[in-house]
Amino acid sequence: MAQAPEPAVIRADHLDLTFQTDDGPVHALRDVTLDIPNGAFVSFIGPSGCGKTTLLRCIAALETPTGGSLTVNGMTADEARRARAYGYVFQAAGLYPWRTIGGNIRLPLEIMGFSKAEQRERVARVLDLVELSQFEKKFPWQLSGGMQQRASIARALAFDADILLMDEPFGALDEIVRDRLNEELLRLWDKTNKTIAFVTHSIPEAVYLSTHIVVMSPRPGRITDVIESPLPKERPLDIRDTPQFIEIAHRVREGLRAGYEE
Amino acid sequence: MTDATVATQGAMRRWPRWLSLPPVLAMVLALIAIWYVAAVPMNVHEVLTRAERAGIAVSPDSAVLRRDMSALALVARNPGTLGESWSLDRPRLPAPHQVLVELYDSTIVEEVTGRRGIVRTGSLSNRSLVYHGWVTLNATFVGFLIGTALGVVLAVGIVHSRVMDLSVMPWAIVSQTIPIVALAPMIIVVLYSIGIQGLLPKAVISAYLSFFPVVVGMVKGLRSPGAMQMDLMRTYNAPASTVLWKLRLPASVPYLFASLKIGIAASLVGAIVGELPVQQGGLGARMLAGSYYGQTAQIWAALILAAALAALLVWAVGWLERRTLARMGMAA
Ligand SMILES: Nc1ncnc2c1ncn2[C@@H]1O[C@H](COP(=O)(O)OP(=O)(O)OP(=O)(O)O)[C@@H](O)[C@H]1O
Ligand SMILES: [Mg+2]
Repeated sequence: MAQAPEPAVIRADHLDLTFQTDDGPVHALRDVTLDIPNGAFVSFIGPSGCGKTTLLRCIAALETPTGGSLTVNGMTADEARRARAYGYVFQAAGLYPWRTIGGNIRLPLEIMGFSKAEQRERVARVLDLVELSQFEKKFPWQLSGGMQQRASIARALAFDADILLMDEPFGALDEIVRDRLNEELLRLWDKTNKTIAFVTHSIPEAVYLSTHIVVMSPRPGRITDVIESPLPKERPLDIRDTPQFIEIAHRVREGLRAGYEE
Repeated sequence: MTDATVATQGAMRRWPRWLSLPPVLAMVLALIAIWYVAAVPMNVHEVLTRAERAGIAVSPDSAVLRRDMSALALVARNPGTLGESWSLDRPRLPAPHQVLVELYDSTIVEEVTGRRGIVRTGSLSNRSLVYHGWVTLNATFVGFLIGTALGVVLAVGIVHSRVMDLSVMPWAIVSQTIPIVALAPMIIVVLYSIGIQGLLPKAVISAYLSFFPVVVGMVKGLRSPGAMQMDLMRTYNAPASTVLWKLRLPASVPYLFASLKIGIAASLVGAIVGELPVQQGGLGARMLAGSYYGQTAQIWAALILAAALAALLVWAVGWLERRTLARMGMAA
């Protein structure tokens, strides 16, 4: 990203990751160079298997790159993980079934040693944020898939890390719920000034949410285009019908197509 | 559809509980019938000997000849002289009602009216099955607790240490291939030589049998959390102890209970086996004493009590399981 307004929070430099499998090496990431500035909302979009999850997992230090360098908050990714620099929302909700919704959200707070009073206060706050306040005492199986996903977002928000890594959090949801959660997420990002890295398959979702759209292509996974969105920070849902929005979406689609044709 | 019709349909899909009673009852009655029938050939030699002594003609009339004949042939040749088959003093196979009478005599009668019973002395009579059942139950509980604790500790070690994974599991498996009947006297002798006797040796044998299902179940349970659940802990930078307490152990609870049900039954068997060589009370001691003195009804009574205890213990663990899982929101 040419002229980042703020210093980069996440900086990947010629990042490579090759999985050694029984059927030979799989090049999941090749030569990924990317700066994510502070407070940015970055979407990763690309066909299935192009390495979006892998890149996010590298940033979270759940995967170790085989080449290049990666810093998060000026530290190595693993140091950042140990400093609890980010909250991670997985592709599936992954709530612990023996904990209530409140208990699941409390989990990171218990581990990070928040006081009982603060745990209560924070759980109530994030539950309110994702509109699940009445469901604090319910177990995960008593909630719909979309509600579970919202609970998992609340869990990632509870301890207030500066970075939010989200791997297709709304992938399994219907259009209408998705729209609502997209709006909520934007509002939340606006309020908290977090840096968000967001994986998605949906072009409108990427364009609607992001300040930067990273287009990726598969085999080996690499970045083909980075689009800085000229859309204003204030984005009502019907901004998606404006010519400006459609133009960006078009550019993303072109980028995706180019990745395929190579 | 109204709520009421939905409710009745839901109720109709499952059989009411009492409907399982007739088949169970029929099964029990059939078994009892078979038992009565079997008692006739089993006891025929003794019955005919007594009939002969009483001056009734039996065929053949020589005890030596009869001894070499099959029981069924004797029954066929003496259909009229089998009256005592179900009322012998020392039958080879006591009839069900004889066992029941023995069970009643050696529990309620002994304790309520017996010279050494609890009513007269304030403590359980050492000739009553209640006392012996209690002795066995104590050893079972202590052994079960030791076995479960040992099993859980070993499983935690196996899951966290590669060395233990490679070294403990094979030995645990080998330990279970040795017949416990062969091992029990050795355990008792070894422990006796270092001054340990009484309840503890029996509990050790109990624990020896019950730790194994717990190890196997707990290792599986502790390893049951999925990659995503583990990754989540990594994103929190949670230490291994936290992962154990907040993820591995809760996830293993259903596996633990499955193992505990096997473990408690195995504990009871272990306690009984441990009582055989010692003869200091307990259901095992009662069974062996019964066979020394030809008191088969006594053996059967002890056997039935042991079976009833096992059923009760397994049921109790099952009850605890349902309650615990329901409270953890994981009711099946
Ligand atoms: N642990 C692993 N071992 C071996 N190969 C892997 C592993 N994880 C991912 N890969 C491979 O790396 C490539 C990128 O996978 P990744 O999960 O990052 O894709 P993705 O872009 O997230 O796809 P999707 O949109 O379907 O989620 C794929 O070809 C995948 O098969
Ligand atoms: Mg993915």
